[in-house]
Amino acid sequence: MLEKATGASPLLEVDGLHVEFRTRDGVAHVLNGVDYHVEAGETLAVLGESGSGKSVTANTVMGILQSPPGHVTGGAVRYRGEELLTATPERRRELRGEHIAMIFQDALSALNPVFTVGFQIGEQLRTRRGMSRRDAERRAVELLDLVGIPGARQRVRNHPHQFSGGMRQRVMIAMSLALDPDVLIADEPTTALDVTVQAQIMDLLAEIQAERHMALILITHDLGVVAEVADRIAVMYAGRIVENADVHSLYANPCHPYTRSLLESIPRVDTKGSALRAIRGLPPSLTRIPPGCPFHPRCPMAADVCSDVVPPLETLPGGRSSACLFAEELVGR
Amino acid sequence: MTPILEVEDLVKHFPVQTGIVVKRTIGHVRAVDGVSFDLHEGETLGVVGESGCGKSTLAQVLMRLEPPTAGTVRFHGEDVFAKRGKALQALRRQIQIVLQDPYTSLNPRMTVGDIVGEPFEIHPEVAPKGERRRKVRELLDVVGLNPEHIHRYPHQFSGGQRQRIGIARALALRPEVIICDEPVSALDVSIQAQVMNLLGDLQREFGLSYVFIAHDLSVVRHLSDRVAVMYLGKIVEIGTEEEIYGRPSHPYTQALLSAVPVPDPALRAGRARIRLSGDVPSPVDPPSGCRFRTRCWKATEICEDEVPDLVVRGAGHHPSACHHAEEQHLLPSS
Amino acid sequence: MSDPSSLGTAGPAAEARRDPAAPAGGGAERPRSLASDAWHDLRRRPLFLVSVTLIAFLLVLAAFPQLFTSADPNAGDLSRSRQPPSAEAWFGYDLLGRDVYARTIYGTRVSIVVGVLATSFTVLLGGSLGILAGFYGGWVDGLLSRIADVFFGLPFVLGAIVVLATFREEVGASAVGITTLVVLTMSMLSWPVSMRIMRSAAIAARDQDYVRAARALGASPMRVIRQHMLPNCLAPVLVYATIALGAFIGVEATLSFLSVGLRDPVVSWGVMISEARDYLRVAPFLLLFPAAFLAVTVLAFVMLGDAVREAFDPKGR
Repeated sequence: MLEKATGASPLLEVDGLHVEFRTRDGVAHVLNGVDYHVEAGETLAVLGESGSGKSVTANTVMGILQSPPGHVTGGAVRYRGEELLTATPERRRELRGEHIAMIFQDALSALNPVFTVGFQIGEQLRTRRGMSRRDAERRAVELLDLVGIPGARQRVRNHPHQFSGGMRQRVMIAMSLALDPDVLIADEPTTALDVTVQAQIMDLLAEIQAERHMALILITHDLGVVAEVADRIAVMYAGRIVENADVHSLYANPCHPYTRSLLESIPRVDTKGSALRAIRGLPPSLTRIPPGCPFHPRCPMAADVCSDVVPPLETLPGGRSSACLFAEELVGR
Repeated sequence: MTPILEVEDLVKHFPVQTGIVVKRTIGHVRAVDGVSFDLHEGETLGVVGESGCGKSTLAQVLMRLEPPTAGTVRFHGEDVFAKRGKALQALRRQIQIVLQDPYTSLNPRMTVGDIVGEPFEIHPEVAPKGERRRKVRELLDVVGLNPEHIHRYPHQFSGGQRQRIGIARALALRPEVIICDEPVSALDVSIQAQVMNLLGDLQREFGLSYVFIAHDLSVVRHLSDRVAVMYLGKIVEIGTEEEIYGRPSHPYTQALLSAVPVPDPALRAGRARIRLSGDVPSPVDPPSGCRFRTRCWKATEICEDEVPDLVVRGAGHHPSACHHAEEQHLLPSS
Repeated sequence: MSDPSSLGTAGPAAEARRDPAAPAGGGAERPRSLASDAWHDLRRRPLFLVSVTLIAFLLVLAAFPQLFTSADPNAGDLSRSRQPPSAEAWFGYDLLGRDVYARTIYGTRVSIVVGVLATSFTVLLGGSLGILAGFYGGWVDGLLSRIADVFFGLPFVLGAIVVLATFREEVGASAVGITTLVVLTMSMLSWPVSMRIMRSAAIAARDQDYVRAARALGASPMRVIRQHMLPNCLAPVLVYATIALGAFIGVEATLSFLSVGLRDPVVSWGVMISEARDYLRVAPFLLLFPAAFLAVTVLAFVMLGDAVREAFDPKGR
């Protein structure tokens, strides 16, 4: 379905993924048919707020979905055409780190506080590439240098808590690059950082990506960050992709009411506008997703049909798509 | 006209102690180190800065939740720190606070009605017992919540709704000043706008003055009339919203503004990119002279020797604490 | 400056601001406090149901022993000494010819009362000191914690033996006196634990934003402690108390067994076990029945404590 004209499959693709969580309050439909793909060298931003399912999708791709309570109930994840969800745990482990790597929001909890960063970075090199301790440490120093940590040779012996927030994030990036992955998934990598540090980290990611022709999946809720770094954007809401477009088209002309409303509701640093147009209401509870389009209770354009039909992700001219029954009208505006 | 709030050389240091039985002080965290500003009636003063700049400590000290180390704060000309007993209680009615985390700012064992009604219990002279229930319902309505939910508990509300409850509580005694300590930072993007609009509406309706503390420059710009930029316990630049965002003169402000992402890909290429190197120095041992000099591209010898005062400099229009202050247009469309 | 009371529910401004969505989570129209949420959770747990049933039964035994036996626990007929269980005396007779079944039933009351009283004193004393230490911090905390440390350092059994042996004569043969002495001794040596639990809960509560908000409103320390800190510190103490109850019942038995705790004319399982000590091989039933009751009771309270702890676990909320 998402194959390019040449017939080759995308580097990484998520196809119709459905995931459920069994909770105390019932079954939460966390993912309800997620499709996206990314190619080498491009940055795909997966944009969504809390509860949209963006992190759960990434965890499923990486094979680190907490199960229980999460269960994949449908769909596929493919890396270079290879099915991942049906692969053996060994194969998935093999791919993890070596081909698909992930960095998280909170470096402090993602890194083991008991070991030095050199040890942690080197661990993968020793176990997967069979490097000697000394070689692994040398490579770790190189990696720390690459991510811009001053005094790498000394700092390789430090523990995670001895680094500042931004530096820890760089360490996590260095760790993720150790095995030269083709795809890097960054789950809210800068949300917990100060804005000046955020800018540094985003620059670093862009640099690394360009150098290695790596695919980057950036998961975030920050419309500003997305505008600065993304090539394409997939907007998620209530476990679904509601819009898919290249970055320029999305911002110039959003074709889904959610994207549109979101853009109208954020304050901007470069202008002082009048009242923000807030989206009324709340995101839906995933155990009780409204029938039809999940956004319809909050949608300024909702019509009766919106509560009956779940809008499919329709392709629009210009290689973009939108899951809104009135997308065509929005294209024109 | 006298400003409603005058802050003069406010200092707050936290001692760093070691020792088990007998504690020795080996240093101080200089969280707020000489902050001065005025708040005028009906205006919103935004206070921005990154982590460690002292803005949250500033909020605590202004609310007298922490005692100051030095400095004065005057409310309508009267010394805030000198107040005791009844006068202090009276002051509490006039200056209130909205806190950041909607998940910890409400007592989980109290109903919403009790939470919003507590100010009336503590200050019984504001409303006679019979009227309190009605006032609580009105407050809930004013902040956009259903008054019928008065018997519910916080865990039955979403983050944005809880924040509204916190705002209702702060509003109960009809204060003149509300200190907002990162009121929208913990909320989802689509909810932030709701709460920001609410704060703006309430200000207009009740003639409130806000000290709006946040790290998100876009949010601060939207609500503020004047803005103060903090770094390592000091204000480095202060001016109107238009001056700070349009013609910033302090290098730190300039670096901050160039780092804030703008939701418009068309502006990608044209933006000035100032990137700071290194980390924020420790507030226990800040650099001599200008604290920003260790990361500043303009730093010279004078920056090491002389602490730059927050004054209007050279061709500038607003106070800036930099020996080499120079106004610059940084943001794309301003 | 307009009065919020003058703004009615009407008006476009209020409408625009209103947040129409239903509340997240429960969604029930009935308000659910955390306590009632916990109660609903507990009701479904088998561990809880079993232990509560058992305890309820034991409480009935303790309150109305006459319903279960008509014999007098202290009436002994030496001619029946050490007779094994039979149709007329289900548990047999002890050394002095007293009905073991009756003694076991009446012993329930004493054992539970001692357990409840000891737990109550421990929790009240330790809890009050703990919350004061947690709230005030500084030298108050330092002083109280050091005092607690001193008591904490005393080994329980040794300390109890010393105290009880010392005051043995003063108390004489009065049942109330003996019981009071044992209860107080147990509390004196155990309060540091509940103090520490309460103190750490208080320290955690003190730093919560809602406590800060209350102080910002001008709430007095009494109000802050009573309204904001105490309700949120009770859960860990409650869990401790339920488990401690079981432990105290066992402790009383231990002290009685060592002949320093309760003794004649007070009847408790510990006393019975102590008396049965020398006749284990000859008349094992003298030990068996009180020991079984003791074990089941302690187990019931521990199970209850476990269930309560799980229900109050905030991670589940």
